[in-house]
Amino acid sequence: MSSLTDGSRILKYVDALCEGMGQEMEADPSVFVFGLDVDDHKAIQGSTKGLLQRFGAERVFNTPLSEDAMTGVAIGAAMAGMRPIHVHIRMDFLMLCMNQIVNIAAKARYMYGGSVKVPMVVRSMIGKSWGQGAQHSQGLHSMFMHVPGLKVVAPSNAHDVKGAMITAIRDDNPVIFVEHRLLYGTEAYVPEAPFEVPFGKARITRPGKDVTLVGISNMLVECLRAAELLAEVGIEAEVIDPISLVPLDFDTIFASANRTGRLLVVDNAWMNCGASAEILARMGESMDRPVKMKRMGFAPTTCPTSPPLEALFYPNPATIATAAREMLEPGAPAWDPESERAKLTYQTQFRGPF
Amino acid sequence: MLPEADLARIYRSLRLIRRAEEETARVYPSDKIKSPVHLSIGQEAVAVGICDVLRPDDVVSGTYRGHAAYLAKGAPLKGMMAEMFGKATGAAGGKGGSMHLVSAEHNVLGASAVVGTSIPAAVGYALALKREGKGRVVAAFFGDGATEEGVFYESLNFASLHRLPILFVCENNGFAIHTPLSKRWASPAICDRVKGFGMPAQQIADGDVFAIRDAASRHIAAMRDRTGGPAFLECFTYRWREHVGPAEDYDAGYRDRQALTPWQTGDQVARVAGMLPADARKRIEDEVEREIAEALDHAETSPWPDPKELLKDVFAD
Repeated sequence: MSSLTDGSRILKYVDALCEGMGQEMEADPSVFVFGLDVDDHKAIQGSTKGLLQRFGAERVFNTPLSEDAMTGVAIGAAMAGMRPIHVHIRMDFLMLCMNQIVNIAAKARYMYGGSVKVPMVVRSMIGKSWGQGAQHSQGLHSMFMHVPGLKVVAPSNAHDVKGAMITAIRDDNPVIFVEHRLLYGTEAYVPEAPFEVPFGKARITRPGKDVTLVGISNMLVECLRAAELLAEVGIEAEVIDPISLVPLDFDTIFASANRTGRLLVVDNAWMNCGASAEILARMGESMDRPVKMKRMGFAPTTCPTSPPLEALFYPNPATIATAAREMLEPGAPAWDPESERAKLTYQTQFRGPF
Repeated sequence: MLPEADLARIYRSLRLIRRAEEETARVYPSDKIKSPVHLSIGQEAVAVGICDVLRPDDVVSGTYRGHAAYLAKGAPLKGMMAEMFGKATGAAGGKGGSMHLVSAEHNVLGASAVVGTSIPAAVGYALALKREGKGRVVAAFFGDGATEEGVFYESLNFASLHRLPILFVCENNGFAIHTPLSKRWASPAICDRVKGFGMPAQQIADGDVFAIRDAASRHIAAMRDRTGGPAFLECFTYRWREHVGPAEDYDAGYRDRQALTPWQTGDQVARVAGMLPADARKRIEDEVEREIAEALDHAETSPWPDPKELLKDVFAD
């Protein structure tokens, strides 16, 4: 196993996520994990693996298929001083929790005059490929970004998923924790000791001077691949990972886009009223020099299952690179970036160090 | 009959709620109250009967029609009045209003204006109390309408599955806003439905504050010594005034004033008053009037929230 001098090892996203939860459960007896299938043999694709054995059934337990009430249970337990982690194997299922999240969790602190805290983490996974289809593939983070009182984070790599999970558990507010299924197998250098990845601090993952790419969740990985393709035609893309969407480190995005003069936001979600719309709107309000702006995301339709249609539904490194190039060289001759490499981009590793 | 000290305590609570609500209705047309109010007049006995057997460290979860539960648990009238006036000294600093009364100090969980949504949070609180193991319990109040929400049944199931220390209290006043049970329930047997989840369920049909108190006492004792899990009480009661606002609405056509008569005849406030010696009764009533006058004065004279409060407490720091 490779390691760095700071005690980092290469870990998979899924294992780093599990390690972060386990370390916080070790440190704080008020932390517990519950949700459908968290304690079965598959352990939410391995992300809760071993926790039942280490911490017992009072702190790691399965629930009835009652997402609405279980969200309320998390809220009540949190108000009583516990720190629940409520796990959903697909983000689509959060629609069953919306009333509790939007009407209670987000508002309790404020509407009860600051007299309560709701320190809870809502983990949810976005699916993609192999026919996940209409209701196993949605990236619905912008719905939560819309409501004051909720934090929203979408870590894109193994390092950040551990640190952000620890930050989320320690946070005294409800945190919507967005995971992407295709990131689970990706690897990065991850410190062994507990550490926090702060919310509201974006990372410039790859520096560049010609165009700013902002990639949300696994679209960060796609943007990194797009940047490699762009480098082949002499374009230096700067790639930014916002990590947390609420709070959003807009300053870093602004400074980069102001420097490059071009901002392309690529979201793992639809564009209408989405995170990409929000970022571009803020840019439009703030810019003091002309900045060319564009966004990409899901096609404006329900996610299909047939592979050729599904491939068209998502941005990919080739379409991202093409769009970025068009911003620099409008009307340039058609360009077909190495699409063979683009196909398997989610298997590409960006390991840091961070 | 209970000893006089118990009767006096129960009467004081009943009387305080009744009179505070009447004063709220009296003040309401002046527009000093900046909040929709859902008065508890007529429904006092349920909250008082239950809360009288709770310890200070037990927890109450109420509803948007929650003045009675808030006051019966011992939370301050001053905070409630100031909250309704939108003042900085209110229970929620003037940010919640009548429908979101809360008192961390008195273990009153914040109420919700979305029917039924506070029930699972009460269950979650009970889960934490079970883990804590100090014999504390939760009393969760909700109306008959809340039992039509899916989350109610989800909550019953989970509470029973984990044998949580929670008393579910259905204040059945027969109406969801203006719609009677007959248009909403395929069967009136709510207790039978609840029993299906494996917990005791009991109906108290006459609004008797002592019967409610006895039932609560029995179930809560079992929860405290861990022989019992959750329990359910269906307490019939009657909303004397309109759904929201200070007035009566017997001319609106959806109900008949005749339905009110037995509830007025059996009014628990008057009943318990009649069980006390005249001087004790007078002393309580004078105290209650003083408390209400002080609370109204407090609400009137308290400052408005500072403008910086607008954005404070969106997040906990």
